[in-house]
Formats: sequence, C-alpha cells, structure tokens
Amino acid sequence: MSIAADPTAADRSAPSGQPAPAREGAIEIDGITKVYDTKGQRTLAVEDVSLEIEPGEFVVLIGRSGCGKSTLLRTLAGLQAPTDGAIRISGQSLYSPEGKAVPEVIGDLGFVFQDANLLPWRSVWKNIALPLEVQRMSRPDRRRRAEELGELSGLSEFLDHLPRQLSGGMRQRVAIMRALAPEPSILLMDEPFSALDAITRDELNMALQLIWLEFRKTVVLVTHSITEAAFLADKIVLLSPHPGRLQKVIKVDFPRPRPLELTKDDAFQSLVAELRTELGE
Amino acid sequence: MTMTNRDDASPVRSMAPAEGGRSLRELLDTYLTWITTPLLLLAFIALWKLYVVVLDISPFMLPPPEAVALALVELLQEPFFWNFFRITVTEILVGFGLAVVVGAGLGILLGRSKLFERIASPFIVASQVTPKVALMPLFLLWMGFGMQSKIAMVVLLSFFPVMKATILGVRSIGSEQRDLFTVIRAPVWKRLLSLDVPAVLPYLLTGIETASVLAVTGAIVGEYLGGNEGLGAMVVMTLNAMRVDQMFATIVALAIFGFLFYAVIASIRKIAVPWHDSAQND
Ligand SMILES: Nc1ncnc2c1ncn2[C@@H]1O[C@H](COP(=O)(O)OP(=O)(O)O)[C@@H](O)[C@H]1O
Ligand SMILES: [Mg+2]
Repeated sequence: MSIAADPTAADRSAPSGQPAPAREGAIEIDGITKVYDTKGQRTLAVEDVSLEIEPGEFVVLIGRSGCGKSTLLRTLAGLQAPTDGAIRISGQSLYSPEGKAVPEVIGDLGFVFQDANLLPWRSVWKNIALPLEVQRMSRPDRRRRAEELGELSGLSEFLDHLPRQLSGGMRQRVAIMRALAPEPSILLMDEPFSALDAITRDELNMALQLIWLEFRKTVVLVTHSITEAAFLADKIVLLSPHPGRLQKVIKVDFPRPRPLELTKDDAFQSLVAELRTELGE
Repeated sequence: MTMTNRDDASPVRSMAPAEGGRSLRELLDTYLTWITTPLLLLAFIALWKLYVVVLDISPFMLPPPEAVALALVELLQEPFFWNFFRITVTEILVGFGLAVVVGAGLGILLGRSKLFERIASPFIVASQVTPKVALMPLFLLWMGFGMQSKIAMVVLLSFFPVMKATILGVRSIGSEQRDLFTVIRAPVWKRLLSLDVPAVLPYLLTGIETASVLAVTGAIVGEYLGGNEGLGAMVVMTLNAMRVDQMFATIVALAIFGFLFYAVIASIRKIAVPWHDSAQND
C-alpha cells in the first residue's frame, strides 16, 4: 500500500473534535541525572542532560555503548525515575515528586524495544492490539485497527501468523505497529534495528521515515549507527561516555522524503565524517 | 512507494519442501514408533516366554505371558477389580489435582518473591530430602487406612516438580516483557492473565508431566503400605494368595493406566502451548 496516496493520512494524526494542546508531543528534559545504586556500587550513568524536543521532531540519540542512551530513553518512557532533574511530556510532569510515573502521561508514549519483544504466544494481530486491550477497546475494533496498521506496514498477510513464523525485520515491524496502535503522540525506540542485517535495516529505516511522515509523531530513536542517525534525524544528539553527558546537538535538514541514495551524497558523507570525528572513531 | 519488500516479506518458516509429495523416508519418520513399539513389545513377550520355557521357571516365580494375559482377562470381569481400580484412580486424580494447585500456587508465590523463596526453601527442600515413603505410617496414623492417607502421599510426592517448574517459568519472564506491560499501563490482572499465565504454561506442563508419573507411584506405594483397598493393595493380596499370575496382571493393568494417564497429560501440550518450542515436531 502506498503511504503517500493514502487520503485518510492527514486526519489520522490528530484526533478531530478535541482541541489538542499546542505543545502536544513536546518533550522537555531538564537537568536529568541518573545514578544506579546496585549492591553498594554506584554508577553515574547519565549526568545533567537537558534537551528540548519539539512536537513532531525526529530526534536520534547516538553515542558509544554504555554511554547512557538506554538509561535516558527508559527514563523518558516512565520506566525509571531520574535521580535528579525533571521531564515534561506535552507540558506535563512525567514523574510525580515521589518518583512515580504519572499514568496519564505514560499513556501518550509508545516504546519499541531492541529485540521486538513480541509475546510469542500471541498472533501478530493480537500482539499489535495488546495496548488496545488495556484500553478496553472491543474485539472487532481491535481487529480493524490491527488490519489498518498491518496494511500500512506490509503485514496484512501475516496477521494470523505467530511471531516465530516471521523474519526479524517483520517482527520489528510488528513491534512498531504495536507501539503506534494506541496513537501515542511520542514514539521512543531503543536500537530497534540493531539486530537486523544491513538490507533489512535500510528497508525499515525507509519504512519508519514514511510512517513518521504520515503520522508526524515525535520520535526519539537510539542507535549506534552513524548512517542511520544521519539518514533519519532532524536532530542528532551526541552523548559522551562515562558519565553520559550531552556532547553536541547537530541539526540535519536534508529534504524529505529522503531516498536511500542520499547516503551516497557528498553532503551526507561529510555529515557522517563530522559525526565520526565527534564520536572519536 | 510501498513498504513491503520481497525478501523481508516471506515468513521464514513457510518454505515448502524442495520436492512435491512425501518421500518414503518421511513417512517412515512420521510413523516410526507405530511400527517399532508393537515389534519391541512382541520381542519382549517372546523373550519372556522363551526364558520361562527354556529355563523351566516355576509359575510361582514368573508365570508365562499367556497365563498373565488370561489372568488379566479374568480380572477385568471381576467387579471387585473395578472397585479397586476406581479407588486407586480417584486417589491419583484427586492427589494429582491438589498437587498441581499447591505446586503452581507456591511456585508463583516463590517465583515472584526472592525473599519468600529464601524463607520457604529450607522447609521445602527438607520435605523433599526426607524419604517421603517413610512418612506413610504417619499418614496412616493421622488419616486412617482410607483414601485420605494415600491422597496425602500423592500430593507430597508430586507437588514438588510442579512447584519447581512454575518457579522456573515465572523467572523466565524477561524484564523487557514486564517493561512492555508497564509501558502500556496494564493493570495487575492484565499482567497476570496476559503475561504470567501464558509464559508459565509450558514450564508448568513439564512439571505436570513429571507429577503425573509420581502421582501413580504415590498412590500405589500408599496402598502397598496400608489398607486393603486399591490396586496397590491388590498386588500384595494376590502375592499372599500365591496368585502370581494375578499379581502380574494387576501390575500390567497399572502400567497401562499409568501410560494412558501420562499420554493424556503430555498431549495437552500441543493444544495448550502450540506456540512454544517444546510443542514443535521438528
Ligand atoms: N539496571 C542497571 N543497574 C546498574 N547499572 C546499570 C543499569 N543499567 C545500566 N547501567 C550502567 O549504566 C551505564 C549506561 O548504560 P546504558 O544506558 O544501558 O548505556 P547504552 O544504552 O548507551 O549502551 C553503563 O555503565 C551500565 O553499565
Ligand atoms: Mg542500550
């Protein structure tokens, strides 16, 4: 199915009828520090990171392994409170003063895990519809929504398959569709394609770009691939290791939709070179 | 621009066999045990017969196979046999059911809480290293010679594998799977129903299979040691009456029941967890 030609594309992104707050989908990260304290051993994973993310922006977090990317993303997802600092999602505080994630705020987030993280006992469509069950959507409605998303991601024929019958790339598509199913305004992704081969990865990067162009969600994606970062991002955020600090923010404004051939472009290559230098590779 | 791609869109497992039709080899592979089992059984009976005839074994030591078969046919027509059979089966099924409930309940509790497990584990280990059969006289003293004491023995013998397997199952749930349910804001009941139960099921089934074997053992041992009802007691009674052929027939009947019971339990796997590796044929 063609994304660009979908006539309903425009009005699916913003549910009509209710006036959305102006900053829906914005993320404000304000002086986040995260210390892990396990069995007396303290690890300073992230130190004093501040960042503003605009609604609908595609942000890529990049940095060496162990520099606190996952920590930052999990903190954004409401999975672990920061040791210090505050996060506001669409203008609302994500954590209460006691460090508990506020349910209504998490409800606006979708999360894609590194290894798809599908439930192996559920068929593809039931995996996609899992978040909708929590919202008490009726079964026919859930099925319809899964079919819609299946069509969007080329999974239509496989809705009744089990995850074990799919390739790694397909499973990751399912994971993305599951995150999008409840129509969150923010999509968080932790190295979603790092376990895939290069060709599948290119395909999924392209697919993700097209999905993003249609829905215009705010995306925060973690990767350690420089090419992936340069290809996808509006804004690349570099983290320096030990402890994870904000090193640099680089704006990327290649026009969209970006074709895969962009990676051979001179401007693209020089951006890649710059990122390499920054990361000390 | 479409998002589907030829390479990625084909499910890995739907690859058809290279050549059409099933080869002889595949057929043999599928029905192998349908051929080997009866053959081996026949060979066993033939050896038995041969042994008895050649070495001229007294029928009081080892009756020939046809005598056992005859005794079994006779027994199957006796109402008291069926009464004993009913008693033994009741003990097995009730004890086994209780063991599954107790084992799974304790397993979930101990699997979820490390603290709880640390506190409880000395007692649970003690209950297992104690020779359980040695407790039977105690059970007889407390519960009498009826079914209760035997049911208690069945539970004691068979809850442990169920509990162990359940703990393993609960522990097998990855932290990312738990995170997923946090991210989608699933309430506790939804977690239990949609994550814990299905994830534990294949492990639980493994425990239940082991328990089904131990349950039969428990009931028979219980009946050997106390009371005059049930097939276990009947083995002792036929031996005392020097009806060795009937004793063997009783053992054969027990073996057949044990086998069928296990087969039924094991076949649940294919229906209950078709998604799990353990339910795959290849
Ligand atoms: N749950 C945890 N407990 C203790 N230390 C942790 C935990 N998670 C991550 N860390 C440590 O925090 C640092 C950052 O980890 P992480 O955020 O996973 O980095 P990245 O995703 O960039 O590879 C690492 O030094 C790691 O060892
Ligand atoms: Mg990581």
